[in-house]
Amino acid sequence: MERIPILKLGNFLLVSVQVDMHDRLAMTLQDDLTARIVKDSARGVLIDISSLEIVDSFIGRMLGNIAAMAHVLDAETVVVGMQPAVAITLVELGLSLQGVRTALNVEKGMDLLRTAFTSERK
Amino acid sequence: MTVTALKSEAILLRSSEDVIRVRQLTREWAIQTGFSLVEQTKLITAASELARNTVDYGGGGKVLVEALNDTNRRGLQLTFMDEGPGIADIEMALKDGYTTGGGLGLGLGGAKRLVNDFEIVSRPGEGTRVRIARWK
Repeated sequence: MERIPILKLGNFLLVSVQVDMHDRLAMTLQDDLTARIVKDSARGVLIDISSLEIVDSFIGRMLGNIAAMAHVLDAETVVVGMQPAVAITLVELGLSLQGVRTALNVEKGMDLLRTAFTSERK
Repeated sequence: MTVTALKSEAILLRSSEDVIRVRQLTREWAIQTGFSLVEQTKLITAASELARNTVDYGGGGKVLVEALNDTNRRGLQLTFMDEGPGIADIEMALKDGYTTGGGLGLGLGGAKRLVNDFEIVSRPGEGTRVRIARWK
């Protein structure tokens, strides 16, 4: 079965979506990530969507769901790399990804997760 | 003012893989029509929403994609057709947040905001036909 790979880096899980996701693939990613947060005791999830050419209401809902499920499982989620045209379209569509933290790129997203994680440990 | 179709292609809509096929064809033809990246993205996103509606709510159907030539403008038109249960209250279905299928309820109203032309005809028990177009 087709799957999007999830990489583990320290306390964090990294996902880079490189394919045009059909709905079932998006659902599988959602389930896989939730399972891996528990299995790896992950404290953060970074999702890179810089290769995604569109985010429609289904993918938007999936991103929101992942962030909500991660939150319940004591992990932070950050979505990075959204293309400007995608952001414009998403807002016009009526989706503002409330509850989902975003950063411009992977580097800034990792900084955000690290800051959230270390400030919590103090 | 006469609108002529430069070319057209029909795609069957049965599964979520077919939704991707619609997105790809729309992208290809939107680029050929000369749409900017933002215009392409808006049209592809609208096409994705409506194709999913056809599969999930219409019980499958088809879409006709047409590259149009008007007197002094070019455009892309997509007509989604299904023979599903139809929509009883279209005005309600176009409202943001209204859903019967557990989604976000942004598909129909959202798609309308992303295109220039939007037309919907639906009769309970007979099916739904949604036509959208974006002009350059």
